[in-house]
This record gives sequence, structure tokens and C-alpha cells, in this order.
Amino acid sequence: MADQDTSLEAIIEQAEQEIGAIEKLPELDQVKAKFVGKKGLITAQMQQMAKLPAEEKPKFGAKVNQAKQAVFKIIEAKQKELKDAQIAAKLAQETIDVTLAGRNVSRGGVHPVNRTLERIESYFSQMGFEVSEGPEIEDDFHNFTALNIPDHHPARAMHDTFYIDSERLLRTHTSPVQIRVMEQQKPPLRIIAPGRVYRCDSDLTHTPMFHQVEGLLVDESTTFIDLKGILDEFLKQFFEKDVKTRFRPSYFPFTEPSAEVDVECVSCGGDGCRVCSKTGWLEVLGCGMVHPNVLKAVNIDSEKYTGFAFGMGVERLTMLRYGVNDLRLFFENDINFLRQFN
Amino acid sequence: MKFSENWLREWVNPDISTEELVEKLTMAGLEVDAFDFLGDNFSGIVVGEILEAEQHPDADKLRVCTVNVGDRSDEDLQIICGAPNARKGIKVAVAMIGAILPGDFKIKKAKLRGVASFGMLCSSKELNLGEDHDGIMELPVDAPLGQDFVEFMQLNDTEIEVDLTPNRGDCLGIRGIAREVGVLTQAEVNEVRVNSIEATITDVLPIELSAPQACPRYLGRVIQGINPSAKTPDWMVRKIERSGIRSIDPVVDITNYVLLELGHPMHAFDLNNIDGGIDVRMAKQGEKLTLLDGQEVKLSDDTLMIADHKKPLAIAGVMGGEFSGINAATKDVFLESAYFDQVAIAGRARQYGLHTDASHRYERGVDFELQGTAMERATELLLEIVGGEAGEIIEAVNTEYLPTKRSLVLRRARIERLVGFAFEDAQVEDILTRLGLELSANAEGWDVIVPSFRFDIDNEESLIEELVRVYGYNNLPMRKPVAEMTMYRQPEDRVWKNQMREVLVDRGYQEAITYSFVEPELQKKLQPDQEPLPLLNPISSELGVMRTNLLAGLVQAAKFNLNRQQTRVRLFELGLRFDNSGAALAQIPTIAGLIAGSRAAEQWNASADKVDFYDLKGDLESVLSLTNMSYQFEPTTMEILHPGQAAVIKADDKTVGYLGKIHPKLQQELGLEEESFVFQLDLEAISERQLPEFTPLSKFPSIRRDIALVVDDSIKGGELIDFIVKNGADLMTDVRIFDIYKGEHLEAGKKSVALAMTMQHPEKTLEDSEINAVMDTLIQGLESRFAASLRS
Repeated sequence: MADQDTSLEAIIEQAEQEIGAIEKLPELDQVKAKFVGKKGLITAQMQQMAKLPAEEKPKFGAKVNQAKQAVFKIIEAKQKELKDAQIAAKLAQETIDVTLAGRNVSRGGVHPVNRTLERIESYFSQMGFEVSEGPEIEDDFHNFTALNIPDHHPARAMHDTFYIDSERLLRTHTSPVQIRVMEQQKPPLRIIAPGRVYRCDSDLTHTPMFHQVEGLLVDESTTFIDLKGILDEFLKQFFEKDVKTRFRPSYFPFTEPSAEVDVECVSCGGDGCRVCSKTGWLEVLGCGMVHPNVLKAVNIDSEKYTGFAFGMGVERLTMLRYGVNDLRLFFENDINFLRQFN
Repeated sequence: MKFSENWLREWVNPDISTEELVEKLTMAGLEVDAFDFLGDNFSGIVVGEILEAEQHPDADKLRVCTVNVGDRSDEDLQIICGAPNARKGIKVAVAMIGAILPGDFKIKKAKLRGVASFGMLCSSKELNLGEDHDGIMELPVDAPLGQDFVEFMQLNDTEIEVDLTPNRGDCLGIRGIAREVGVLTQAEVNEVRVNSIEATITDVLPIELSAPQACPRYLGRVIQGINPSAKTPDWMVRKIERSGIRSIDPVVDITNYVLLELGHPMHAFDLNNIDGGIDVRMAKQGEKLTLLDGQEVKLSDDTLMIADHKKPLAIAGVMGGEFSGINAATKDVFLESAYFDQVAIAGRARQYGLHTDASHRYERGVDFELQGTAMERATELLLEIVGGEAGEIIEAVNTEYLPTKRSLVLRRARIERLVGFAFEDAQVEDILTRLGLELSANAEGWDVIVPSFRFDIDNEESLIEELVRVYGYNNLPMRKPVAEMTMYRQPEDRVWKNQMREVLVDRGYQEAITYSFVEPELQKKLQPDQEPLPLLNPISSELGVMRTNLLAGLVQAAKFNLNRQQTRVRLFELGLRFDNSGAALAQIPTIAGLIAGSRAAEQWNASADKVDFYDLKGDLESVLSLTNMSYQFEPTTMEILHPGQAAVIKADDKTVGYLGKIHPKLQQELGLEEESFVFQLDLEAISERQLPEFTPLSKFPSIRRDIALVVDDSIKGGELIDFIVKNGADLMTDVRIFDIYKGEHLEAGKKSVALAMTMQHPEKTLEDSEINAVMDTLIQGLESRFAASLRS
């Protein structure tokens, strides 16, 4: 009996040694057969049982079973160890450089001028202003006459107009859209008109084409202090800053009273710098109360209705917002420039 | 309008600094563009006299001068000077040791070629007083020795430049600005005393107003026997030059002085060049006149002119003629002071390519009561400066056309209605009275009489503007507008421009904005079948015609980038194109794009393949898919596109755009370094989409069948798909080409097209037999229609 015990222990010890040394899963199967297979060492011990007296059989049987369980445990542990190692090796092999660029990531971008236009449109849309557009080749009537700029008015000379022929021209401002809207619709009116405008002028600070946004509100109780309020708020929203604004008397034939609006220089905060020509102020808008002659030209009763109109240069606002220092960049379409606004 | 602050302060002298004055003007709508203190950037310069000027022992071009600076120095100063005009006996501007010149340049004791120099003799350029750098400044012989140069030249003055709006013609003179300053600061304005000059001779000229509407008042005066060698006094030269007008001769200077002082243009003729008398008439068409600037103009009959009984003398209100003007020998003068109607003068100067100080004022209007004053003022100055004997003022006037003072009504309620702010009556009266308006109260407000010099005030709104302007726009409160809360139309079937932009941006495009006018040649190359609309006055020939498509701008932008090491260009633009081919000009909203170079940005995991037709088509299909309409692509030929890689896009059989590869020949002509693919599409074609409409989903399984057809290479895939969809017994839910093969095992000129067809019935499971029947019919149809055979 003692001998048999010894040999069982020896088998377990042997299993521990041989299984422990295994490095690959297939080998484990072979070794597994050697110990617990049909012809394995443990099975052989079992067969010995027949030779034992009947009263020893159960006890011996239990011991062999214990030994079998012990060997199985060793095998299972090894199996787990080897499988884990295999997975770990696979993962290690699949490891990649996560810092490399992803596939097809390039996205383009909207032109900075249109980016600004979209922002302006969105602020005014929230307040119920509808976007209107008009032709860029305009007639003299809509661009000038209906806006209270008769023939030979000095303001015409200031507009540096491109002409197609004696009647047609490239619109010099977006104001004719006011007229086109008022010809079609009756008050109350709230519109903004973004678009391209043209002036025959080209130097460091002028391009022959640029963009404006025109705004118009006509209603029964519209006043000059409403105009001040709306533009002051717009400029604060646009620059996302509590900028000071000031309103200076000016002259546009189609508004009266007329004003130009300055914001405190967004570059120096009003101390005076190169951007604001040391004045601390930046001129950004023209505006005023719609001239009664303009309302008359579109058959709106100027006693019942009053309105305000404003116009702003989109390139100028874009330059101030993003610090662009050369107007001409907007129309060169250099991808390296455009990408900065993606 | 540029003027000298000192001159203004002779008229009105409020107790405020230059900066405050400038601020007040700007905030009252007289925007100050620039102000420049003349004596600002130098000091320590005095009047001196060169006593001796001897050759420098070691330098040919230098002179050793001995300079007397009066009591500024106990001894005469030895100063080395290189100017050729440095000579004995002249008075000069001496920068003594310690003086500071413009540019913060400090004068120190120096040695020039071994000889000590104790200062510098200045040129006008060195003092920022002119461009003359040929020599040193020579001062008048009576300049007091040792006097501070700034004081001597009266440089304690500021040139102020006001950018006047066209309505403020009244401020184109010191008098107008002074009035304005008086109103703004409540300081007293000292109007210049203008005395009536008694006639000492009896000479007159007949004046006829043949165009009284254009010239309802003309004043003339004969002045005999002036001294042709008289000089304009320094004080006058200074004032007019600091106002930006060059001194010419005393008579012209005096007319300019009056123009600057009173804002009223004057003209002086040489009396002896006038035949008979003055006729203010319209020009005869084609009549010729040589102007003061030497150019001969052909007049048109809308031009008002001053003529005598034989010939034209001047374009009224614009410029005088060369042969009737004042010259160095003139002894007898005929002075003109006229009221010309604004509308008659407006645009005339421009018409002849001119712009003068007179036309600038007449176009904006002048005070219609000022002619007499201006005439007296000019006469007084003439007699004082050049002497002579004055005749009577000859006045020709037509009261029918002469403006009269305007009467306007101002309603209290209207002020509040327009401004949103209630002024007190006393405030209204105070401000408007200060402006020179005569007010008399009525029940609703005031009756107002406008003075002749404020010819711009012509309605109730302009009175309100004046009131608010002087009160200060910034002193008014702000209010947020109140309106009814209304919901605005948001049509769901509309596709917005922003959405179109976003699709292309997501696919890697940069939005470009290019000029709407382009080079005519380039435009013709890119659209040979259309004559673009030219501009009458383009800024340059490169920007001479309106674009007929959006390609010229995109091609130029692509070139710009390809020439600057960009290897991948994807650009698009939205804008109008100007189609001049029909009866009426069409301004068509358009979207266009261009791609060139590599398909993907260079990267470790991307192929370096170049873009092809299908890249562009895919992008375009994405844009088109914003709508849920169907579009057809049909092969086409266009001169600008590769004949085998060009398609038109159709919607409901209407052509709405095209795409393709730029023709290789054109690509070369355009100088495009890369093969480029372009599309252009009418925005209208993608501006609407259909609202989704539900169709019940089939609960039954779908079946897929694949076939490979061998067809002629010329057969288009799109045609095969269309045929299958149409002849698929309404069962086809999806038909697509998943492979195209040409080459080995196929006859030349043939290709194999692999098609996958997915079929589904809405109400039942399809049996094999049904599908086989459909497939058999289809294959027979494909065989007979396309001569297709199944690939074995």
C-alpha cells in the first residue's frame, strides 16, 4: 500500500515537472495522454486496483482519483497559462502606431467672407429678418434714382460705378435690394440682403469687388434709437465682446438722419494702434432712417411707416474679427490662406 | 476740405484744444481725416544770416560758413554746409547745437574733413516743409535775425483735413466751418467785416444771362490798372497753402483766398481779352475751348459757359480758358462772382475729366445770397494788394430762377416719431436757432425759415437730423426694437446654400470667391460659344468682361495654387454667371467646382493616385443627393472638355449643368500643370427637394441575382441599368454594376459588365420559377437591345 502511495506521489511530481516544462499547446495534449490517457500512468495505477484486496479497493480508488484530479489541475493551469500567452503574443503582434494620421481626414472650408456672412445672417435671422437677394447687374433706377440719388448727384461720383451701358451698371451697394423688396412687399418688413458689390477702385485697401450686407426694417413705430439699439447689440454679439460703439452723423442720400457707426478698436481696446490709425475707433457700418423720398418711390406712406436701413462691409468685419491684414488675400484664393478658416 | 487751425481761430476761438476741436467736428459729422501740427517735430532752429561762405580747404563741395544768429549766440557760428546755394548775404534756417529736426535727429557739434561745424543750415525737406532738397531754404531778407524759426514761419499751426459729406457744401470754406464750430461750442463767431467798395471808375461790361435757369445771378466788376509786379503777402500765401492750394499770382491767389474763406468760387479774367461783354449761355455742340490747363475740349450743349460776344471764355463753375485768364502782364481785370445752379454744374467737370476747387463747390451748392459779399471781399483784397481802381458791381439777375429761402414745417410729434426721443421745446428752439434757422412756434411745432447758406436743409427730416446731430447722436438712448412675434416661413422643400457648401466642404473642398469680371480671352477660351458682356469702364483689361461661367476664376485660382507647390486642389464657388446669349441678359445663380492633383492628401496610408472623372462625379452626386430628385448624366461633347470624359447633367430632360475633364489641349493653353476636372451646375436645379413620402416596407425576403454581360465597349453602364430597371417587372429594388473587365479572354472592343440585381415583391415571397422567368426575359431583352451575351 505504501509503495503504491509512493508511486502515485511520484506520478504527480513527474506530471508537475513535465507539464511545467511545456511551451506549446499541442505538446500539452501529448503529455496529457501520457498521464491521464487510456494508456496513461494514472490509468495504469487504476488497473492495479484489481490486484488489491476488496477492502482496500475503495481507499485506493479514492487516492488514484485524487491523483488524477491533481494532474488535471496541473494540466488546466498550464493550458490557461499557454492560452493567455498566445493571446498576449497575438495582441503584441497587432499593436500599431496610434499616432499616425487616420484615413481621408481632410475636410475643406467655407470662404472666410462667407463664414462672416453666415454669422451675420444668423444673428439677424433670429430676429425675424429674412434674407433677400437681388441682381448684381442693376439698372440705374434701383441703384441710384430710387435711392434718392438723382442724376449728377455728387454721391454718384463717389460711387466709382462700373457701367455696362447707359442704363445698366454693376450695383455699387446692396441698397437696391431694399427697393426691390419694397416694390414687392408691404410693411412690416424685416430683411437683410447680403451680396457682392462693385466699385471701380483698386489699391491696397480697395478691391473692385467686395461684399456688403444691407439691412432694412420698416414698421409703424421704428425709430432712430431702435436703430442704435439693434446695431449696438449686433456689434457686441459679432465680436463676442462688450465693445463700445459710437454713432457719428454722416450722409447717405437714402437715409435721414444718417450715421456712421464706429466700434472701439478690437485690436487695441481703444488705446490707439496701427489698425485704428491711432484713433481708438474703427468705422464698421453706415446706417440711418429711410429717407421719405425712398419710401415715396415705392409707394409706402412715410407718415404711417418709418424704417431704418444699415449697410456693412463684410471684408472689413472679417479682417477685424480674424486679424487679416491684407484685403486682397480674400480674392487670391490661396489654399494656405483659405485653410486657416477651416 | 483742408484748412489752417489758426485761420479758423481768427473766426472762432473756443477755449478747447486742437484734439477736442477735432473730436467735436468729427462727432458732428464733419469727419476729420487727419490733423498735422506743423511745428511739431523740430525745435532749436533760428533765423540766421550767412556772413561769409568760404571754400572748405579739403572738400570741393563743402563751404565753411560764418553765420550770424543775432542774440542767440555771442559769437558768429562756424557751420559747414554742402548746399550749392549757401552764399554770403542770404538769410537761412539755422539748426543750432542741440536742435531737434524731424525724425528726432539731434544736431551735435561735428567735424567735417577736419573743420569744426557748430550747427546745420536746413533745407525745406529737412524740415518737412517741402520736397526741395537741392539747397538750403532761403528766407526773406527782412527775416529778423535770431528769431525762432517756428515763430517766424508761424508754424504753431495745425493743418486740419475734414472729409466733408456731399451735403455739407456750406462747410467748404472757413466761414462755414467757423459757424459750425460756433454752434457746437457756443463760442462767438467773428464774421469778417466786408466793406462796400466805392467805385472810382465808371467802366462796366454788359452781362447777359442767356441760360437763366442755370445761372440766375452773375456779378461782374472791372478793376483797372493793377500792379502786375505786386507779390502776394506772406500771410495769404501761408493760409492758402495750408489749405492745399498753391500760390500762383496775387489775383488768382485772392480769388482762391475768397473761395477758401467764404466758400464761394470767384474767377478773374483779363479785361482786355473780353470782346464786347459777357454772355452766360449754354455751349453750342462741338464748340471748342482751350482751358487753363492747356487742354482743348470740345463742349457739348449741356455745358454752361461764360462767353463774350465773339468766343467762349470759360466753362462756368469749372475752369477758365487759357486765353482769357490772368497773366503776368495783366493790368485790367474783370472779376466774376456768380451763382450757378447745382444741377447745371453737377457732372460737368467729370464729363471733361476735370475736378477743380470751383466745380467741387458748385456741384455741392453755394450760398445763393453770397455773390455780392464775395465780390466786395475780393475787391477789397485786390485793391489792398495789387492796387488799381474799381468800377461798380454789375449785377445781372433773374429772380424767377434764383432760389429763395426755404420755409419748412417741423412737427413736435414727428421728432419723437422718427427719433424715439422727446425733446423739450426749448432744446429744439435753442439748437435750431444756433444753426441760423428762424423759428416761429405754431400749434404742432414750428414754422422754420432756412438761411441761404444751409441749402441742404430741404425737408422735415433734415431739420430733425440737424437737431439730433447737434444734440449728439451718442447722447440719445438706445432701445431694442419691439415687433410682433411672428413665425417665418421655413419651406422644408428648400435646399439652402449653406447645405450645398457643407457637402463639398465635407468632401475636402475649399470655397473660393473670385471676381465676377474676368479676362475676355480667358473667358472665350472657357466658353467659346458665348460673347461675354463687356464693361464700359473696366478697372483693367484683365477684368474686362462679365463671366459667362464660373470656370475662369476657378482655373486661375487652381493655377495660383498649383504654381505654389500645392499638389492637391479642390475648389468650388457659388455665384452668378452672366449669360448674354438670349434676348435678355440672364444672371444665373451657379455652383461650380474644380479638382486637380492627387486624390488624397499625401499620407502614409493613402495612394498617390491622381483624381479622375469619377472622383468629381462622386462629389457632384453628393451635392445632387441633397435633393431626392433623379438626374441623368449623358455623354456630351463640349469644346472645352475631353471628348471621352464629358457629360451633361439633366433633370427632367432639361440640361442643368455639365462635368468633365478639361480638354488636354486647353489644359496646355491655360498653363494648368495638372489634369483638371470641372463641373458647373445651375443652383436652381438643386434648390428644391421632394418631401419624403412613405411607402410600406415589404415583409418578404429579397433575392439577389448576379450576371456578367459581354457587350461592346461603347455601351454605357447607365443604359444597361436603366434597361434592367424598366424591364424588371417592377421587382428591381436595386441594380448596380460591381465590376467591369476588359482584356484577356475577351475580344478586343468588348467588355464584361458584372451586374447585381436585387428583387423583392411587396406582397409575397418570390419563387425561383418567377425569378427565372424575369431573368430570362431580361437576358433576351439585353441580347437584342445591346447585342449582349452572358459571359460564361
